[in-house]
Amino acid sequence: MSVAGLLSQLLQVAVALLLAPLLVGWVNQCRAVLSNRRPPSLLLPYRMIRKLFHKDAVIADNASPLFRLTPYIVFGAMCCAAAIVPSLATELPFARAADAIALVGLFALARVFIALAAMDVGTSFGSLGARREMFIGFLAEPALLMVLFTASLISGSTSLPTIVDTLAHRELAIYPSLAFAGVAFTMVSLAENARVPIDNPATHLELTMIHEAMLLEYSARHLALIEWASALKLFNYSCIGLALFVPFGIAEGANGLAMLAAAPILVAKLAVGGGALALIETLSAKLRIFRAPEFLGTAFLLAVLGMLVNLLLGS
Amino acid sequence: MTSPLALITAAIVAWLVIGGAGIVQPRNLRVVRLLFMLGALVAVAVAAIALVALRAEPQTIVLGLGLPDLPFHLRIDALAAFFLILLGAATAAISLFSSGYFRAGDGTAPGLVCLQYHAFVAAMALVLIADDAYLFMVAWETMALASFFLVTTDHRIAEIRRAGFIYLVIAHIGAIAILLCFGVLQGGRGDYTFGAMREVSLGGAWPSVAFFLALLGFGAKAGLLPLHVWLPEAHPAAPSPVSALMSGVMLKTAIYGLVRVTFDLLHVQIWWWGAIALAIGLTTALFGVVFAAAQTDMKRLLAYSSIENIGVIVSGIALAILFRAYDKPLLAAIALTAALYHCLNHAFFKSLLFLATGSVLHATKERSLGRLGGLIHRMPWVAWLALVGTLAIAGLPPLNGFVSEWLLLQAFLFTPTLPQSTINMLVPVAAAALVLAVALSAYVMVKFYGVIFLGRPREAHLAYAHDAGRRERAALAYLAAGCVLLGLFPASTIAAIDHVNGMLLATTVSRAGESSWLLLAPIATDRSSYSPLIVLVVIVAAVLITIQVVHRLWHGRVRRAPAWDCGFPLQTARMQDTAEGFGQPIRQVFEPFFRMERHLPTPFDAKPRYFVSATDHFWYWLYLPIVRATDAVARLAGLLQRGRIAVYLTYSFVTLLALLFLVR
Repeated sequence: MSVAGLLSQLLQVAVALLLAPLLVGWVNQCRAVLSNRRPPSLLLPYRMIRKLFHKDAVIADNASPLFRLTPYIVFGAMCCAAAIVPSLATELPFARAADAIALVGLFALARVFIALAAMDVGTSFGSLGARREMFIGFLAEPALLMVLFTASLISGSTSLPTIVDTLAHRELAIYPSLAFAGVAFTMVSLAENARVPIDNPATHLELTMIHEAMLLEYSARHLALIEWASALKLFNYSCIGLALFVPFGIAEGANGLAMLAAAPILVAKLAVGGGALALIETLSAKLRIFRAPEFLGTAFLLAVLGMLVNLLLGS
Repeated sequence: MTSPLALITAAIVAWLVIGGAGIVQPRNLRVVRLLFMLGALVAVAVAAIALVALRAEPQTIVLGLGLPDLPFHLRIDALAAFFLILLGAATAAISLFSSGYFRAGDGTAPGLVCLQYHAFVAAMALVLIADDAYLFMVAWETMALASFFLVTTDHRIAEIRRAGFIYLVIAHIGAIAILLCFGVLQGGRGDYTFGAMREVSLGGAWPSVAFFLALLGFGAKAGLLPLHVWLPEAHPAAPSPVSALMSGVMLKTAIYGLVRVTFDLLHVQIWWWGAIALAIGLTTALFGVVFAAAQTDMKRLLAYSSIENIGVIVSGIALAILFRAYDKPLLAAIALTAALYHCLNHAFFKSLLFLATGSVLHATKERSLGRLGGLIHRMPWVAWLALVGTLAIAGLPPLNGFVSEWLLLQAFLFTPTLPQSTINMLVPVAAAALVLAVALSAYVMVKFYGVIFLGRPREAHLAYAHDAGRRERAALAYLAAGCVLLGLFPASTIAAIDHVNGMLLATTVSRAGESSWLLLAPIATDRSSYSPLIVLVVIVAAVLITIQVVHRLWHGRVRRAPAWDCGFPLQTARMQDTAEGFGQPIRQVFEPFFRMERHLPTPFDAKPRYFVSATDHFWYWLYLPIVRATDAVARLAGLLQRGRIAVYLTYSFVTLLALLFLVR
């Protein structure tokens, strides 16, 4: 592992850390514009995080050390994922440390920790949120893996750099299997990132919230880290989607200049993707929790269909 | 007499002696504890010897014991050695734990438990080194009987006697199938040594008959559908170290038997065996995990989770059969490696969790999840060590459960290289079922850990719970360390398993791929790779840097206050989610899996009571009809019984006449 490789790896993580709150701010702006509201500042998430870091952390009397450790672990897992997802470049040193399946495992690790922390204080909303989060999680995870399997069948590899290289160098034709997988991936991403129609990031409506319910007991720096990690998760999912379905403009290898050139392209792609996310969120209504299996089941079936189409047509 | 096989035999004798010493003073707790410690040392020795034997050539010994002209044949090869390592490594921890666990109670005296326990362990080791059907069956039955007595340790409770009975019945159904399987395998030559069976090449449908008898017989012991019903009864009934031994080690002897018959004794593998075994394995996995999610008893939950893990292991074996049948040895080796790796993992994390439930049981006298909670404050050692097991069994990186699941998924992804398109079409469905089972197991384990260790204590007396003793902690810590190490160094573990692959499939995974101690890459790095160590280092580094940066740049001040919970003033422990509540979404989504009885209160009830029971369809679809049919046949046969000597003489006379007429 060379120094240049390590530096470019750090560069990718740093870019991810910096851009993630911006992506959230951008989606919020788009949502506000689409629903005829005055948009908040693009930099609001940054200010929020800064403000939270300044505050004193208030922790429930009966919280265990697990509760205090969890924000750091979740944040660390998301940083690790950001190092692996090919957002700026494909052949980075850490990219081989985890393939697509291990990446899903990393997301699951973060989810399990946050659910455990939510149960730690022993409040009614915390455990309710934990249960719902794990419920959505076990429905979404198979669908996500099926999407990734479809992509790996095309390229004969589960390693993300290889998948991206294969997909980026194909002739510009639409793979029917990838079309199915793309729709499925969008649906899964909505569920996994606690967006409408599964969850609503904008409300604290007690009976419907999922992700927010788990964070109720967190404050100050712990909350800041979890919010930042959630933003990173959205960023990572967006980058996986972009890498699978629009794999153009990603630098090959740990080349500093190529990575700098790839950054504006990434920002442009994320801007379009964020706008699309806001549009989906504005156009759809939140589903009841027991409609979620239908929603995610559809995603799952689409992904399996994509895989079957791939096996039948060989494309 | 210093060959590994002789040493293992000596260790088995040592276990029997230790067990025998237990009944000299059955009520003397100090002696019994010492004996368990000695048993743990023997187990460590067995693991170490087997580690040597894994690399060595196969060895055989003929012992002149047993019936005249039927000497015992012993043999140790890579497959037996691998399972002996598993047995030794897990038993060492469980014996150490037992030395602090058993105390004088109403049930069997500790000394007697010591005898049964060590006979059980010795019989399991003997199963692994038996080289003829005769000794194998003797050891197998000894194992079943010793574990039956262990299950019924608290035999004063009717429920436990019933559990023991179910266990005994199913164990014997399995034993009959195994006996028949060996009968088929010897191919009419009458030579029941495994060496002779390897020479026989069965023709026609006989290999298939032998395979399915083995699947039935060993499946009954392992807990494959539909013969799984004994597991959720027997595991909760047994004392926790015994549950750990049964779930962590005994189920693996069944896997050993299946692998031995399929890949060693049978000379052919046919693809549709693999397809059927895969279907059974995946159904078992899904069934087990869905039922685990609905359980409210912590040991029952773990028992169902064992069923799930056995399903995963059998899926791996099935995939190996499939690849072997299509002559793809490398892929078969990957699938078999995944299965064996999962055996080892399961031995570690399931033993860890069962022992942790034992500590909880001792500290609180509660087995029901509905009366536990908040134990992380009172029992920090058990709680934090159990957390490792929980994360491992949930299949999360960088721990060990993830590695075997990763390998198995890799094997699934290679299936489209098979020539048969119908099989290729089934892969997505099969992979999806596996992924669903794995994802659900995370749900189950969050429920298990969260309800027992996190939150507020649901009963007042939990405030007096005490942490586990020193030996128990040491045993738990050892198992947790095993989970971590097996997760962090997969390439080294696979190099060990490769000796088994080399013996059974004549190929190895390590040499074919580009794996190093740091990076696991079974085929090539640009195909798939995983490095748990790097993942762990990156996460730990990120955590440490974040803590430092946050505390340096800002501050680390903390204030304690009552829980916020959206400002609701009254918060009691009863308002937390219960085990039933956690199971409710699963019961709703997977409703057809359960046979549910609900009782809803009406608005006019003075004492409203909600009641739901989710039971197994198999009782009603399979077992009860069989019981009823047996009953009916027995009643018909009972008509013959008149209790008068004249009638019986008439029967003899009629039989004699009939025979004379028929045989002549």
